[in-house]
Amino acid sequence: MEMIKTSSLTYEYPVRDEEGEIKGTFRAIDGVEINAKTGDFIAILGHNGSGKSTLAKHLNALLLPTEGTVTVNGIDTRDGKRIWDIRQSAGMVFQNPDNQIIASVVEEDVAFGPENIGIPTEKIWERVDEGLDAVGMQEYRTASPNHLSGGQKQRVAIAGVVAIHPKCIIMDESTAMLDPLGRQEVLNTVRRLNREENMTVIWITHYMEEVTDADCIFVMNEGKVVMQGTPREVFSRAEELEKLKLDVPQVTRLADRLRKKGLDIPKGILHMEELTEAICRLK
Amino acid sequence: MREIALGQYYPTGSVIHRLDPRVKLVGTLVYLVSLFLVKNPLGYLFAGLFLMTVIRISRIPLKYMLKGLKGIIILLMITVVFNMFFTPGNVLFQVGFIKITDAGLKVAILMAVRLVLLIVGASLMTLATTPNALTDGMEKLMNPLKAIKVPVHEIAMMMSIALRFIPILMEETDKIMKAQTARGADLESGNIIQRAKAMVPILVPLFVSAFRRANDLATAMESRCYSGGEGRTKMKPLIYGKIDRIAYLILVLYLAAGIAIGRLPIHFWIF
Repeated sequence: MEMIKTSSLTYEYPVRDEEGEIKGTFRAIDGVEINAKTGDFIAILGHNGSGKSTLAKHLNALLLPTEGTVTVNGIDTRDGKRIWDIRQSAGMVFQNPDNQIIASVVEEDVAFGPENIGIPTEKIWERVDEGLDAVGMQEYRTASPNHLSGGQKQRVAIAGVVAIHPKCIIMDESTAMLDPLGRQEVLNTVRRLNREENMTVIWITHYMEEVTDADCIFVMNEGKVVMQGTPREVFSRAEELEKLKLDVPQVTRLADRLRKKGLDIPKGILHMEELTEAICRLK
Repeated sequence: MREIALGQYYPTGSVIHRLDPRVKLVGTLVYLVSLFLVKNPLGYLFAGLFLMTVIRISRIPLKYMLKGLKGIIILLMITVVFNMFFTPGNVLFQVGFIKITDAGLKVAILMAVRLVLLIVGASLMTLATTPNALTDGMEKLMNPLKAIKVPVHEIAMMMSIALRFIPILMEETDKIMKAQTARGADLESGNIIQRAKAMVPILVPLFVSAFRRANDLATAMESRCYSGGEGRTKMKPLIYGKIDRIAYLILVLYLAAGIAIGRLPIHFWIF
């Protein structure tokens, strides 16, 4: 089933000069076509200012398209009456862990979403349990968010989204402010949700290493999708990626250099194990 | 991260701590009112004994209560001095132009006792209730004000968000101060005006960051389906239990007994 679909999505906003007069428009997104089926793990890559976060905000109706359409779970985001249905279907986790936790106790924060959509009290407790179990934060349920690490805070934010029972989770650079350990923690949690709960994931990042297992990668630059395909297809075009100021994963780069030196190594290697095998097969 | 005492919650898990926050808010209010209805020293004695009993039950050390008094010691002195020396009445004794009258002494002593009981009573409430419970209790108690368009839910939401962000912004202030000191900002020397000026490079980035955070938070809240207090349910709704009803009963009895005793026509020396 189609979970998220954008067709010729374009978003413009007015640019103002110092006096506040409109002096033109800036096209942040330009004709983007993205398609995510239920259970997909979709990655959107791009450096700062490529329009990837603006795109993310279209996926749960925080922004509405200037031209084109966005449908979430079959609902057009421009349908003002169903805005809360859209936000229930597509949960979003943001970049700064501190700025998205509302309550002073972990379990109360997870309950924030269910409270907003008017779930009865007993059911809220069930959903909070579910959410905390899904991210493995049950033992911290009565802790203050201020005492958690960045990775743990992001897991609490994910639990808050899971408690709303969404069909899709959008991770808008949610690992950008975390240390490598925290990043791994969050990535593993979301991958598990994707595999076990069949949750659709839109993973937005500029770290290539995180998306080697994605079903499909979209690379954005200046508001346009400039490359798309499986990780293997995308990462085998290392030179183009470097032009877009994106780095291919270290292993892929190493494999590339070895190949250029004349070794017989296939294109588009993504994992350490693959490279090890390829090297072992060499005579 | 450094620990910041918000409010001044002192957990002991006593019955007083477990009471519904509304009971404690109403109780404190009733106690304050009772102090103003009392007319004779016996009434104050009764109010004092009642407070001591509640403090005993709460198992909070008395010295924490008395800490609250430090803040008002100057106010207390001024009240006592003014009332003692400037109330007209029969002169008890006189040294030079300073004379102390019976009425003055009476008012001064009663005022001091009243103020002390008032502050200790109020600090007992903040020591035995978490800031979050207080916010919840206030929201519930102010609910009738919705009829006259007071944004009760919004006020409560703002208070709880403020509680959540105070430690974060304090940490941020600390970071900015260190960053500015590293660039040669001098925050410690100079007179008051110079020091106030030195605060500008700290306050400006702090405000900018606070606005940015507010913007992020609003987006996050919208994404999580927040649309105001309408149709919202609660994970931990406030429901009165047995101990709360008993507490209310005790409160009513206390108020009745306090007024009865406090208004008895008992006269004792100057009182």
